[in-house]
Amino acid sequence: MSRPPQPLFLARQSYRRRRLADAARLIPLLGTVLLLIPIFWSTGNSTSGGLVYVFVAWGGLIAVIGLLARALNDIANDPDQPDDPSDPEG
Amino acid sequence: MAFDVLVTICIAYVFLLFAVAFWADKRAEAGRMGWMRSPMVYTLSLSIYCTAWTFYGAVGYAARSGLEFVTIYLGPTLVMIGWWVVLRRLVRIGRTQRITSIADLISSRYGKSNLLGVLVTLLAVIGTTPYIALQLQSVTLSFAVFSQGAGDSDTLTQTAFLVAVGLALFTIVFGTRNLDANERHHGVVTAIAVEAVVKLIALLAVGVFVVFVVGGGAGATLEAIDASPISEWQARPARWTTLIFLSAVAFICLPRMFQVMVVENSDERHLATASWAFPLYLFLMSLFVIPIAVVGLSVLPEGSNPDLFVLTVPLEFDRNFLAMLAFLGGFSSATSMVIVAAIALSTMMSNHLVMPIWLSSRKGGATVSGDVRTVVIQARRVSIAAVLALGYLYYKFSGGGAALAAIGLISFTGVAQVFPALLGAIFWRGATRVGAVAGVSVGLAVWLWTSFLPSFGEAGILTAAVYSEGPFGIGILRPQALFGIEGMDPLVHSVFWSVLLNAGAFCLFSILSFPSPVERLQGATFINIFRYSESAPGWTGSVIDAEDLLMMSQRLLGTTEAQLLFESEAEKQGKEGFLPDVTPKFLERLERELAGSVGAATAHAMLAQITGGVTVSVEDLMKVADEAQQILEYSSQLEAKSKELERTARQLREANEKLVALSVQKDAFLSQISHELRTPMTSIRSFSEILMHGQSMGAEDRQRYSQIIHDETIRLTRLLDDLLDLSVLENGQVTLNERDDRLEAILDRAVSATDRPDVATEMLILRDRNLENVALFTDSDRLTQVFINLIANAQKYCDATRPELRISVSEIGGRQVVDFIDNGSGIPKEAQAVIFEKFSRVSDHRAAGGAGLGLAICREVMNRLDGSIAYLPGQGGAAFRVTLPQTRRAAAE
Repeated sequence: MSRPPQPLFLARQSYRRRRLADAARLIPLLGTVLLLIPIFWSTGNSTSGGLVYVFVAWGGLIAVIGLLARALNDIANDPDQPDDPSDPEG
Repeated sequence: MAFDVLVTICIAYVFLLFAVAFWADKRAEAGRMGWMRSPMVYTLSLSIYCTAWTFYGAVGYAARSGLEFVTIYLGPTLVMIGWWVVLRRLVRIGRTQRITSIADLISSRYGKSNLLGVLVTLLAVIGTTPYIALQLQSVTLSFAVFSQGAGDSDTLTQTAFLVAVGLALFTIVFGTRNLDANERHHGVVTAIAVEAVVKLIALLAVGVFVVFVVGGGAGATLEAIDASPISEWQARPARWTTLIFLSAVAFICLPRMFQVMVVENSDERHLATASWAFPLYLFLMSLFVIPIAVVGLSVLPEGSNPDLFVLTVPLEFDRNFLAMLAFLGGFSSATSMVIVAAIALSTMMSNHLVMPIWLSSRKGGATVSGDVRTVVIQARRVSIAAVLALGYLYYKFSGGGAALAAIGLISFTGVAQVFPALLGAIFWRGATRVGAVAGVSVGLAVWLWTSFLPSFGEAGILTAAVYSEGPFGIGILRPQALFGIEGMDPLVHSVFWSVLLNAGAFCLFSILSFPSPVERLQGATFINIFRYSESAPGWTGSVIDAEDLLMMSQRLLGTTEAQLLFESEAEKQGKEGFLPDVTPKFLERLERELAGSVGAATAHAMLAQITGGVTVSVEDLMKVADEAQQILEYSSQLEAKSKELERTARQLREANEKLVALSVQKDAFLSQISHELRTPMTSIRSFSEILMHGQSMGAEDRQRYSQIIHDETIRLTRLLDDLLDLSVLENGQVTLNERDDRLEAILDRAVSATDRPDVATEMLILRDRNLENVALFTDSDRLTQVFINLIANAQKYCDATRPELRISVSEIGGRQVVDFIDNGSGIPKEAQAVIFEKFSRVSDHRAAGGAGLGLAICREVMNRLDGSIAYLPGQGGAAFRVTLPQTRRAAAE
């Protein structure tokens, strides 16, 4: 019945925020990979299939960045949280 | 559909846009921004990326090359979802450094170099002109679809001309209304947001019609796609990758995109919303492109222009309303792009081409008289007209053929040449001016050679021999096979070589050269923009007169804005009045404000003319060095504390100076007041003695002596009245007799009361009665008293040979103010601080004959009336500003 013990970690919230900023930096990479997939298609792939793939991948990216947007905005406007890339803990 | 109906609807739509822009500007002026600053309007304004080339052209592109069209939208999507990395940084830099255009950003980062500003401006103009021509072409072609038969080339050219003139008009009216310090154009942005909605709805409507009415649902449409000739398409990896890269880069570097994304941004948080909303917009814009292309290819006769499918497909099914909507969508796409592009280019041209020439053509530049603002605004207007004229001429002489359709990507490649320098500007501290100049020049040259010149075709500027043999027979310089590498797609070839050589030259020359101090400071500021959002100081300001600076800023920012700026800075320093101390911090702030109007390079040059140049101290350089970072954070706290102390000390010092001056004045007054009282007393006594003893005196003499006694008593009474009045006012025992009155009437009374026809050189009083039509609810007798005092003072002390007094009324910050400005030599600076004190006199000559109580009474009266009075420096002569009591709403109108 007991909860699993949480690992000891201080400043949990600010740690989460920094990782969130990391995610924001990685998403364009993910997007690039997803949207460059069509260059590996060989002949014989149907155009309608390609169309569906591109739009699904595109829509997915929009959904992910949409979910992140609000949280990222909070970080960007929080003066206590320097979002410097050379942040020692970053 | 009748052509006339189309023209009528089109003109009605244009009027609607004018009305929207006008209304939005009015709202912004009144300070009611509301939804105009909402993230949605920002997102919609970004949609100027979707020009007519994408609105009509995407379908044509899809009909020719299948799915490849989508890359044009995927690049910007990647940039937007990566906003955290690049765009956020750009927007922050743009806002803190008051950047006015992409040329300004590059020039500002690389040591405020004007050479770079000029280079980028040229590149932007060459790259954008064909693009504007393309928009004109698409509008005229879509007109031709409806006009059937009337579409001979002369009418087309005429339509293009009319459209160009209309657009120039709109842009001049709403794009250059003011030289706003932060260069935002609310009217234009709102109109563009409306157009963005129109084009989205139009394309979606055509798409829904095609898929669900013609195609019979999503599944059936997908089958139709596989059955159509489009499905022969294959992804060409090199083109696919290059196009995504190119559109992403162009999205950042296009002058018009930079304008809406960075310059017009009013809140950084809007980026977060745009990061998903704008990709969604692009997603919706491209969702139905392939279905429209497929249906167009199947139902329209062979050989019809696929670029116009968006219009011709609805027409084929006799859906006139839908076609009309599509036409308005295309029209919106074309016009919004042209408007913003013209604004962006005109800002660049006026700030980087016209202003430097204008400044250097006048030796002594910034300090000569004349309103610089009119020069800037005129330059922008002329530039807008010039940009549209260039676009029209390009359209006319290129013949508006199919060659123009390919120009979109060529234009993208051109502006992409700014990208290496831009990326280096915000991420690489070692990037230098020399490197940036080398990179942009090489890129520009390669682009012209491999893309731009070949775009005119083999019959154009380059001959066929140049393509096959190279210039002068040099094979490795063939425009479509540089270094002998053949078989590349021309676009891929051009993008690859121009960007590669550009970036190579940029890096190499940056590494080999050494930056100037200003470059290093700017570089550190740009790269550490999130660490300290202020530029490093570079000015030393000990010997500069604040009044000179105020005079220059007034001509550039406008009188009111400049005065507000100086006043707020003075207040921040804990001083009263309009003249702050000229600290390096203040100079830096001033430079940033000026940069918002005329660009960084020009603002820097203008300030340098007054201050005599920039000195970068060792501490400044230490500040930007990483090693000093730790110390700096600690010392900045100390600095804040010591600044606080410094401010208190300054206030104390000022108070002390005032006290000392007052005490001296008081001593002087005591001896003076006894003198003032004694002189009349003495003459009264001696003349009354004469009257007492002189029995033999004639009637005439007696008359004269009693007249003298009478005059002297009047003088005494007046002096005592003034003293009494002042003490009553100071103790607050006065009762105000408030009533409704008009400012004009009060001024009339004051002027006629001071009318002195006996004086030989009568003072000329200049007024603008139109502005004086202000309703007041106040003690108008008291107010008249103040005005009389000021006018009488001007009459007494103005030492010009032809004395003039200008009385001007204006509204500042919601309060009415009346300025009294004469053309004499003014009041010396050391006297300005004490003129409102009791018994103070500027000059010692007693010709004026007052006891120095007038202005003190004025100040007390204005305080009682809830207004104020202040000395206004930097106006040429002595100038006083009376801020009138706040008008009560009920009493107004």
